[in-house]
Amino acid sequence: MSGAPVAPQAESVELGLLLVPPRARTGWRVVPARVVAMCTVELQKLRHDRTELYTRAVQPALWLLIFGETFTRLRAVPTGGIPYLDYLAPGIIAQSAMFIAIFYGIMIIWERDSGVLTKLLVTPTPRAALVTGKAFAAGVKAVIQAAVVVVLAAVLGVGMTWNPLRLLGVAAAVVLGSAFFSCLSMAIAGVVLTRDRLMGIGQAITMPLFFGSNALYPVELMPGWLQAVSRANPLSYQVDALRGLLIGTPAHLPLDFAVLALATAAGITVASGLLGRLAR
Amino acid sequence: MTDNAVECSGLEYTFHRGRRKDAGTRAVDGVDLAVRTGEVFGLLGPNGAGKTTTIRAITTLLPTPAGMVRVFGHDTARERTEVRRLLGYVPQQLSADGGLTGRENVELFARVFDVPRAERAARVAQALAAVDLTEAADRMAGTYSGGMVRRLELAQALVSAPRLLVLDEPTVGLDPIARAGVWERVDAVRRATGMTVLVTTHYMDEADRHCDRIALMDRGRIRALGTPEELKSRVREQDPAAGDPSLDDVFRHFSGRGLTRGEATEGDIGDVRRTRRTAGRVG
Repeated sequence: MSGAPVAPQAESVELGLLLVPPRARTGWRVVPARVVAMCTVELQKLRHDRTELYTRAVQPALWLLIFGETFTRLRAVPTGGIPYLDYLAPGIIAQSAMFIAIFYGIMIIWERDSGVLTKLLVTPTPRAALVTGKAFAAGVKAVIQAAVVVVLAAVLGVGMTWNPLRLLGVAAAVVLGSAFFSCLSMAIAGVVLTRDRLMGIGQAITMPLFFGSNALYPVELMPGWLQAVSRANPLSYQVDALRGLLIGTPAHLPLDFAVLALATAAGITVASGLLGRLAR
Repeated sequence: MTDNAVECSGLEYTFHRGRRKDAGTRAVDGVDLAVRTGEVFGLLGPNGAGKTTTIRAITTLLPTPAGMVRVFGHDTARERTEVRRLLGYVPQQLSADGGLTGRENVELFARVFDVPRAERAARVAQALAAVDLTEAADRMAGTYSGGMVRRLELAQALVSAPRLLVLDEPTVGLDPIARAGVWERVDAVRRATGMTVLVTTHYMDEADRHCDRIALMDRGRIRALGTPEELKSRVREQDPAAGDPSLDDVFRHFSGRGLTRGEATEGDIGDVRRTRRTAGRVG
C-alpha cells in the first residue's frame, strides 16, 4: 500500500457512531420496519415533486366529468336508485389506484437498472419484507391519489360519507388493492425482466381488469362468462368495499377485505420469489 | 475464527440463457481468493473478466453452493442475513435516488439497517460528514455531480458500520479530480474504522496507488495475485527485458494480452451498456 492522499476533513470529523453496527431487529418487527422505511421514501418523493399527483388526477377527473355526467343523464345503467355519478365514483377511485400500482413493476426494473434494488437486496432485508414495503408504499401513493379523486367527486356533487371510520376503511381497501396490483406488477417484472415487455403486458391487462370488474356497471348486467371473470378479479371486491363504505350501497365487507388480504398475501409471496431474478 | 474477511474456494458461476442448463456463459471459472481483514483488495480486469460476477457472489446477490464463499466465516449460501449485516455495497451504477435529498438517501439505509430512531439523525450526519457532504446534505441528489453521488453512495454504505466495504468500479466515468476525491474519502474512512475494502476497477493507476493487494482477473480466472510491487518484481524476474513494468505490463504478462487500448475490452452488451450508462450519468 502506498501513501494514498488522505482527506483532512474526513480524518477530523467525528466517526464514533460509524464504528458500531446497529443492533439488528429480529422476528416480526422486521417487516413493519421495512414497510415504514419504504412508505417514508414514497412520501418524501411526493413531497419533493407533486407533478405526478396532479397529472394522475386528470384521467379520473375526465372519467367522472365526461363518462359519469353523460351516463347519469342516459340512465342506461341500473344502479339501484342512486345517481350513476355516485355509483361510478368508487369505481374510478379503484381504477386510479390500480393504474398507479399496475406499473409499479416498471419502477422496480428502473431501480434494478440504476442499482438501487441491487443495493437494497444486499441489506439484511428479507425479500418478502422488501416486496411488502414496496407494496404498501404503492398503497400510500394510491391513498393520496384516492383523496384527490374523493375531493373531485365531492366537488361534482357525489353524495359520500364523511364518517372518519368509513374513510379509514376506504383507505384500507385502497391500500390492500394497490398492494395486490403492485405485487402483480412486480411479479410480472420478475418474469419478463425488461421495461418494454412489462409496459406491453401492463397495458394489455389493465383494461380487461377494469372492464371485467364492477367498476362501471353491476356484475348482474354481464354475460355469464364475464361474471365469472369478475368474481376472480380482486378489483371487483375492492370496488364493492369502496361503494359500500363511501356510498352506503349493500356490500360484503368481510368477504371483500378477506379476498383483498388473501390476494395481497399471495401477491407478496409470488413477487418475493421472483424478485431475485431481477438481481441476477 | 478466520483472519480472512472473504474466502472463495473454487468459485464458479455460469449464466444460463433460456431453458437449456447445459449451455451458458461461464463468467467465473474456479476462483480461489482470500481477502485479509483490514486490507484494501483490488480485483482488476477488463469488462467481462468476471469481477462483477465475483462481487455479486460475495454480496449474496447470486446463488452459490454452500461452502464456496465465506464472509468473515459466514457462508453466503447458508447465512445470507448475517453476511449482509457485515457488508456495505456500492454498485457500479450510480444508485443514489435523485428524487430524494442526500440526507434522505442515507436515512433510507439507516432505516433498513435498523439504526434506532434516537441515533439515526446523528449517525446519518456522521456518514455525510465522513464523505464531505454536510453542506450539500439537504439538496436533491439529482443535482449532485458524479463525484458527489459516488461519495453519497459511500455514505449510504458507511451508515451501518460495515466490516467489509465492497466497491464495484467506484470511479468509472469520473474525471481525475472526482476520482481522487472518492479515493481520499475511502482511504480516510478505512484508516479511521479499520474496515476491509474489496474494490473492482480497471484503472491500473488507482489499484497501484490504493490497494494493498490485487488479483488480476481475466476470462473468469485469477491470473496473478499479490501486492502491486510483488507482481511487478515477478515480471522483472521472469522477463528482465521488461524494465520497470506498469500494472498494465503485469496484466499483459500474466494474461497474454493488454488491459488498455481496446485489446481486452470484452464483456457482453450488458457490461458495456452499464458502464456507458454510469459514465453518461456522471457526465
